[in-house]
Order: sequence, then structure tokens, then C-alpha cells
Amino acid sequence: MAQSPAHGSDHHDHHAAGHHDPQDLKLLGFWIFLVTDVIMFATLFATFIVLRGNTDGSVTGAELLEMNGIIISTFLLLTSSFTSGVAVLAMHQHKIKQMIIWLVITGLLGAGFLYLEVNEFLHLIHEGATLQTSAYWSAFFTLVGTHGVHVTVGLFWMIAIIIQIVRRGLTDDTKGKVTVFSLYWHFLDAVWIFLLSIVYLMEVM
Amino acid sequence: MSKKPRSLVRAAFSAVTLVMTMLLLSGCGNYMVLDPKGPIAEKQLDLIIITVILCSIIIVPVLIITFIIVWRYRATNKKADYKPEWAHSNLLETIWWGIPIVIIIVLAVITVRYTHELEPAKALASDKEEVTVQVVSLNWKWLFLYPEEGIATVNTLTIPEDRPVRFEITADSPMNSFWIPELGGQIYAMSGMSMALHLQADEPGTYFGTAANFTGEHFENMNFQVNATSDAEYEQWIQEAKSSPNTITDESYEEMSKPTEKEEPTLYSSFPEGIYERIVTKYMHDGAELHQHGSASADETDAAADTANANSEEDSSAHKGH
Amino acid sequence: MLDNIKEFASEFFVTGDPLIYGADVSIVLATLGIVFVLTYFKKWGWLWRDWLTTVDHKKIGIMYILAAIVMLFRGGVDAVMMRTQLAFPDLNFLEADHYNQIFTTHGVVMIFFMAMPLMFGLFNIVVPLQIGARDVAFPFLNSLSFWLFFAGAMLFNLSFVIGGSPDAGWLAYPPLSGTQFNPGVGQNFYIWGIQISGIGSLASGINFIVTILKMRAPGMTMMKMPMFTWSVFAASTTIIFAFPILTITMLLLFLDRFFGAHFFTLDGGGNPMMYINLIWMWGHPEVYIVVLPAFGVFSETVATFARKRLFGYASMVFAMVIISIISFFTWAHHFFTMGSGANVNAFFAVTTMIIAIPTGVKIFNWLFTMYKGRITFPTPMMWTIAFIPAFVVGGMTGVMLSVAPADFQFHNSYFLIAHFHQVLIGGVVFGYFAGLYYWWPKMFGFKLNEYLGKWAFWLWNIGFYVCFMPQYLVGLDGMTRRISVFSDPDWQGLNVASTIGAYIMGLAFLFQVAQIGYSIFRHEKDTTGDIWDARTLEFSIPSPAPEYNFAVIPQVHSRDEWWEEKERRARGEKPWQLGPIEPIHMPKNSAIGPIMGAFWFIAGFGLVFHWLWMAIPGLLGVFVCMFARSFSAHKAEYYIPVEEIERTEAKLRGGAV
Repeated sequence: MAQSPAHGSDHHDHHAAGHHDPQDLKLLGFWIFLVTDVIMFATLFATFIVLRGNTDGSVTGAELLEMNGIIISTFLLLTSSFTSGVAVLAMHQHKIKQMIIWLVITGLLGAGFLYLEVNEFLHLIHEGATLQTSAYWSAFFTLVGTHGVHVTVGLFWMIAIIIQIVRRGLTDDTKGKVTVFSLYWHFLDAVWIFLLSIVYLMEVM
Repeated sequence: MSKKPRSLVRAAFSAVTLVMTMLLLSGCGNYMVLDPKGPIAEKQLDLIIITVILCSIIIVPVLIITFIIVWRYRATNKKADYKPEWAHSNLLETIWWGIPIVIIIVLAVITVRYTHELEPAKALASDKEEVTVQVVSLNWKWLFLYPEEGIATVNTLTIPEDRPVRFEITADSPMNSFWIPELGGQIYAMSGMSMALHLQADEPGTYFGTAANFTGEHFENMNFQVNATSDAEYEQWIQEAKSSPNTITDESYEEMSKPTEKEEPTLYSSFPEGIYERIVTKYMHDGAELHQHGSASADETDAAADTANANSEEDSSAHKGH
Repeated sequence: MLDNIKEFASEFFVTGDPLIYGADVSIVLATLGIVFVLTYFKKWGWLWRDWLTTVDHKKIGIMYILAAIVMLFRGGVDAVMMRTQLAFPDLNFLEADHYNQIFTTHGVVMIFFMAMPLMFGLFNIVVPLQIGARDVAFPFLNSLSFWLFFAGAMLFNLSFVIGGSPDAGWLAYPPLSGTQFNPGVGQNFYIWGIQISGIGSLASGINFIVTILKMRAPGMTMMKMPMFTWSVFAASTTIIFAFPILTITMLLLFLDRFFGAHFFTLDGGGNPMMYINLIWMWGHPEVYIVVLPAFGVFSETVATFARKRLFGYASMVFAMVIISIISFFTWAHHFFTMGSGANVNAFFAVTTMIIAIPTGVKIFNWLFTMYKGRITFPTPMMWTIAFIPAFVVGGMTGVMLSVAPADFQFHNSYFLIAHFHQVLIGGVVFGYFAGLYYWWPKMFGFKLNEYLGKWAFWLWNIGFYVCFMPQYLVGLDGMTRRISVFSDPDWQGLNVASTIGAYIMGLAFLFQVAQIGYSIFRHEKDTTGDIWDARTLEFSIPSPAPEYNFAVIPQVHSRDEWWEEKERRARGEKPWQLGPIEPIHMPKNSAIGPIMGAFWFIAGFGLVFHWLWMAIPGLLGVFVCMFARSFSAHKAEYYIPVEEIERTEAKLRGGAV
């Protein structure tokens, strides 16, 4: 924040005062949105930590959670974060085709992650752990599920961006969208690392 | 400006002054919180007075300065100085950052000391024996259990004067708060937890007790009389309660815990041993084995679900001294 | 079949209370009246094109303010009904359950649907003009924020006639607000009304931060920003840290109620205390969110009407930043009596007291802005001056409440009620009124009638003290909040006095309505754009401002740039070196805002009644709108040509720039 006045006046020294680079605004706006999302996840994490012992005598996470699937999920999501980064690199080199290919790979990895998550949830429900079972499971499903919903929204968003790029090519506008999307995708990756440590590793250890 | 606003001003001032004077005159010391009848309420009043005095050190000058400045520097007063560029003074700003900081430090030190001293779970120092009363908030009445005497009451409380009373408070209802203003401050009544509150009445009398935290439709009917009596009268009252035809059983408690609009004060000659503990633990995981009667409150539909785990509640309420 | 419909209708519509039938009839009549007028004068197109789909911050601001005034009326009627019941508890004017609904909706409406939109209205109207910008950073998002607020507000208010109002208090503590004790739909209306409008508030917070950081006129560094803009920045920053907590809290309560989850239930290991912590982690910052902009307004009015620079600018900024930070560390003072232990209580008591320091400093700075000034007393200034004693006394009772062991005697009593009404009315409402009077000419191009305004002012102030001073006393006498009857005869007199005060405030509100009505027809026109001889950039342009705000963005050199500019001109120096007029880039109107708001409303209504057949299409509609926007956003701009700007400016300024 401290440097922004300086930045602002640099920008304004051109006689085109009042014209603001919309991509610049969007990027800052998106960073602030991510701050709010961080707080939402932080609240959910806090909730989970408060309620983690409250299994109400029913089945516990340690009994049901299976790490094998989670390790594969983690691998898929981390890789997809990498591929989305590669897509942005390709974008900066104006290699549209490559960029789209990398985005599609990112999407497929994300879809794989979601597939595993849905499977995990179905398995847990089958074993008798649902949102209604106990406070622990309410917090578990809500926290993990919120992350999953974020990934799902990200997938649809990415499809929309790819369609726009195919139609309109790479403009400042579509470039901005890819940049912001990749920011979002990295963010989900970071959230997942916390999820993995707090929800899974600490429970199973 | 026109004349009219000025006459309005005058009318307004006189109206406000009149009302204020009436209010102050109407209540010299009759207010429960300002008229304490027990050591806790007394200390709390001391603290309130200290706070008011400390705050007044700033508030009173500010109010006076406000009036003077607004009056003196009105635009129509051409004799007053006008310095439109004067907008900064290190000295002045240091003063009004400094003075409040000092006052708040003083108040903070006092508050921290009193917070520890008046910790509600702390037993009162007294050479007399403590009386224990267990309090349960129900929809919409208070149940008082006297474990030492084996008697119980609804919506009426009798305690011996000049003897410390230990209240153990819980709820079989939404969260409530138990408050006897003349004896001391309130504490929440929460399900699955037993909160301790120590109070004492210094003189015999009838005090007002109330529920302070909204629990639903007929919450307004949850007030009760507190009778502080001499030891002899207290013994007599216990005998009276013991001869009451009413008793509480596990079954009748289940009935009693269902919502009712308004309950008259009632005495009960007996109650089942350990019922208070069962009410507390029925919302706690550890209480699962204690809780075999299935005496879930009527509000609960799922009998299997009423053995709630409350590890975290326990953590935070452990120091409340169950 | 008919029986089924009848049974459904008696469940669906709130029945049995003549007051509610009366409201039903007046709502239907008012709606028909509006529809008739719009149709008769062929105004539907105008309404849609010029207002509902607008992305112009000035018009969005006006819509926020209109909605807030309507909500002030609704919340005020609730208040007057409560006071009527309490003055004569034996008459049973309101049944207990009805009373419980009314105090709940009063609180929710006043905070979420009155204070917040009034605040956003002022943000919208003032901030871009004050920093020399042509709009907010994201004009479409701004329109969307308004429509989310509107959808949430309408959904919440609908509970009055359909399904039943919530009745668990304005913060809906579980387990009372859970399905175990509250199986009806009222609490669902509460959740979705707040959730939908809360998302809008969050978006507005982001929008104004970016606007302020990125769109200031050249030369306006952060430390040259007008104080109101600083207050908006502090409040918006607080919003983005606090509102996500509310969003999650409402989500969890919804999961409990809809899916039978166990976050806050008594059974299943739920923890109701966690809700109380979470809601106040949002709730305490929230009161500073609404009061900081009021502080901003006072900083503007006091400098303008004392005709003097704001005293201690740097201190003021620092104080505001400190307040918004510490506001996140005081939440537990709302439940000292929960038994968290002496150390926790002592910590939160001290953090709470610390907030009094910067607040006190601000008061001193306002006072010394007036010191050696030339004070005039038009209505905005009167509200500013009235604020000082009201807030100082309210602040003192706040410090009294912060002393944890003493709070055990104040908590949940009328002492607390009196305190927060005194700071919320004396601080927030007085501040927003001052702002509304101050910027009204800028919004509409004419001044509000001062005579009626002064009547309203004095009635408000008298009513305010007559209403709330007795409440302190009755609180000290043991009267607790949220009761509709009481047995203690000592309380009767004080309650009657308080009710008289409430009625006087109600009368004052009617004076304000009359003032607005009268001023629309007979008023002093604001021909210069600078009717108060003010100091900041918004007064350098005509009133009402043209849609592009500034034909040419000025170069800023000092804090009170417009005042300095006037001084320079008076000294005969060269006026602003404004560059040549260039084509102005503007956002196009968008129908997606109101349509998406409507889909949110549909989704919310479906979720309230557990009608998935309605909720799912509603949510799908929301997503379709988002995609439609994503695909069309790049086409949503246009340029105003130079000739048109020159024509407009010539007309507005009578030929002289």
C-alpha cells in the first residue's frame, strides 16, 4: 500500500488522466478478493480445529481417512498448479495453442482431483460418516467441501476463459483473465497444503 | 440566522434540562445496582464509581470546552481570533494523546486487579459455612436445587443472610443468564456446562432475581424473588419445603423441562440424587454412561443424539470448577 | 385440492394479527400505486434504463440512500411498537412472540438494511467525486453489490408477511436459532437476507479499496486524501477482514438448519459458544465499520463550517487506522459473563479501553478544528456539534461496560441498550444525517429546507435523550433487554419517559420526510456547485455532477485542494492548469446486476422454504449471469465525444469553465 501513491502518480503523469489500466485494477481487486477468501478459509480452519475432538462417540477421522487417495489428489493438484504456471508462461510468449493445451491439462488434473474427492466422500458416507454424524464430520465435510467447490468453480471459469480466447484471441482483457485465473489456482493449491496438513496428516499421525 | 431557530434552541435546552433533573431526582439511590446488598455487588459498585470518576476527568472538561469553543468561535462573533491555517500543534496533540493514555493505564490496572478479585468462580472469604444452590434454566422457569438439604424450588430462591452462597448454574434450554442485581453480577447458564457464581446477602430482605439472556417466547416470565433470611428462618423454611407434597422425580423432571408459559413459585420436598449432574452431562460426551434413563428434554427428538461430546467446552469451562 | 391450498396458504402467509393484515393491505396498495403511476406516465423504460440498470456511482448511491430511508422507517416503526408495548405492558399491545419478532427485525433492519446501505450510499456518492475519479474501480460490480443488498433486504422484509419473522434476537444465538428451538422459516429468512446482502457488502469493500488506492487524481497522495475518503478506506479494509467471517458463520448456521449438521447444536458435539465468538468477531468490527465513515463526515463538515483546516490530520489518520485494527481484538467483551476466566476477560477489557484513546483524540481534533475558526450553523454542522456530547457520554458508558467485573452488572440490561443506542444514533445516525444534508445539494442540485431541518434536528435530539437516558437508569434498576412485560412498578415511569422520547424521534423523522417533500418543490438551487463554500474536489464541479464527473481531472497539490484553488483565484493567481478535454471512457449500463439480484432472491426464497425446485434454478441463474458478464464485459464500454462534454459543461456552468 505504501508504494501505491507513488505508483499512482507515475501513472497519472501522462496527460490521459482519468484513464486507468483496467487490468491493473482487476489484478489488485482480485488480490483483495483472495484476502477475503483467505479469511473465509481461516474461519473454516478455526472451526475445524475447535470441533476436531467432537466426534460424539461416533466414528473418527483417524479410523476412516485413507491417505493413499489423498497423496494422489495432492500430486494431481500440485501438478495442475505447475501446469497453469506453464500456461501463463506460454501466454507471455504469445503461444496461444500451447497455452490452451496447458490449460486443458490443468483442467484435466483438476477434474481428476475432484473425481478422487467425490469418491472419498462417497466412501466416507458409505462408512457412516456424514454431515449429520457429529460436529467433527460437519466441520470436515464443510472445510474440504468448500475447497472442492472452489476447484469446481475454477474449472467452469477456465472453460469460459478458453472459449473466449478461442473466439477473441489474446487481448489485454483475455490475458488478464488467464493471469487472474492462474493466481486463483495457485491459491487453491496453497489452501490444499494447509488442508492436507491440518485435516489429514495431523488426524492420521 | 432567523430568530426562530434560536427560540427553538432555548425550548430544547429547557426541555432536556427539565427531563434530566426529573430523572435524577426520581432516583436517588433506589437503583438496584447502585444500592448493593452484598459484598460482590458492593465491589462492583466501587468499580463503577471509580470508572465514572476517571472518565469524568476527561469528559467534563471536553463538554465544557465544546460549549466554550462553539460559543466563542461562532461566525457572528467578529471579536474572536480567526486562524484558518492553524492546523497542527505537537504540544497539544501530545497532551490529548497523553492524558487519555495515562487514564486508560490507570483504569486498566484497576480492571485487571478487580477482574481477578471478582472472578465469579472464586469462593468468598467467610468464617461461616457456604450454602450451595444448583440452578437450572428451563423454558421458561428457573429450577433451584439445594443438594445439601435435598429440597428444590421453582422460581423462588431462599438463602440465609450473611453466609456465602455458591451457585452452580447450568441450562436445559438455550443459553440464559442468572442475575440478582442487588447481590452481584450475572453469569451465563449454558447447557453442558456448570458455571460457578459466588454471592452473599449482607442483610435480610427480598431481592429481585432475573433471567438476562433471551431464551425464547416467554423469557419475560423468568424472574424470581430472592429471600435472604436469618439462619433460623432459613432452617424453618427448609422444614417447610421438606413438608411440601410436591416432589421431583426423573419422570416429573422430564415433564417440567418442557416449555411452559409461566410458573408460580413452588417448593419441592425432594429430587433425585445427582439430577443436576445428569442435566449437565447429558450434553457432554463423557456423560454417556451417566445418562441411561433416556430422560432427554422434551425438545429433543433424537434420543440417540443427546449424548453430546463437549471436550472443547470442558476445556474452556474446566477452570469454572465443576 | 382447495383444502390443500388453504392449508398451504395459512402456513405460508402470516395470519392472525390485525397489524400484519394492515401491513399486507398497505404493501399491496403501495405496490399497485407505484405500478399504476409508472404505467400511466409511461415511466417503465425510464426506470429501467436510467436507474435499475445503471452503473453510475451517483445513481447507485441515491438508490442505496432511498432504500435506507425506507428501511429506517420500517425499523423505526418496529421501535415505536416496542416502546408502546413497554410503556403500557398491561395492555398487551403486542403478544410475546410478536414482540420477540419485532425486536429481532428492528436490530437486523437497522444495522444491515439501514446503516449499511446509508453508508454505502454516501461512499458511492462522495468517494469518486472527492478523489477526482470518474467512477469507482468496478462500476458493474458496484451495481451488483447494490442489487445483492436489495435482494437480501427484500427477502428479509418478506418474512413479515410470508412465513413469519425471525425471533431469536438480531444476532441469532444458537441453540435458540437452531431447528431444535426454532423450527419455523423465520430464521432461514434471517440467514439468507443477511448472507445475500453480506456478499454485496464484501464486494463493495473490495471495490472502494481499489478505487481509493488506484484512482486518485494526479498529485493526491494518500496523505493528501480528504478525511472522509480515509474513513472509507479504513472502513472498507475492516469490511474485507470482517465480512468473510460473517459469510462463513451464516453458512455454518445454514448447514445446521438445512442439512442437520452439528456446528452449533446441543447434540452431536456442536458448540454454540463458537457461534457467539464467530458472530462477534464480525460483529464488533462491524460497529466500527459503520461509525468510521461517520467520523469521516464530521471531519469534512467541521472543517467546512469552521472555515478552517482540519486539525491534526496525521493524528486523525493514525487514530482511524488504530481503531480499525484494534476493533478485531475486542470481540469477547460482548460476553464477559461466559466464564472465559479472569485472564481472558482482563485482556479483552484492556483492548476495549484502548479504543477509547484514539477515539478521544479524534474528538479533541474536531474541537480544535473549531477553535479559532468562524463557525456557521447550517443543519450539517448542527448534527456535527450535537454528535460530540452524545458520543462523549456514550463513550463513557462504553468504557464503563468495558470494565469486565462491572459489566457483570450491566450485561444484557437496559444500560447496555442505552449505551449502544447512544453511540449508534449519536455517532452513526447523526453522522450520516450530517453527511446526507452536506452532500444533498451535490446529489440533487438543491438544498434541503433549513427551517424544517432544524425542527427535525431539535426533535431528534430531545427525543434521543428523553428516550435513552431513562434506559440507563432502568438498566441499573435491573431491567433486562428483550422482555415485553415486567412486574416491577418502579420501572413504569422510566419506561413511559423512554417511550415519549421514541415518539418524539418518530415525529422528527416525519419532519425530515416533510423536509424532503417540501424541498423538492420549493428550494434554493445550488447553481455554483459549491453551496457551502467547501474545501474538497467534489465541490469544484457542478451540482448535480455530470455523468463523467470531471470534464478534466485536476492536478492536486494540497489536502484542501478546492479551498486552496479558490484562495489562489481570489489572490488573482492563475487558476488550475486543466488539460484539454478528451473523449471520456465510460462503462455502459448493464441489466445483469438487477437480473442476478433477482436470481439470488429466487434462490434465497427457495432455500428458506427448502424448495430445491426453486433454489437450484435460482442458483443456476446466478451462474449463468456470471458467465454472461464474463463473455460480454469487454463490450460494455463507450466514449463520450469531446463536443458532447463541451456542450454539457457549457450548459452546467453557464458558459464559464
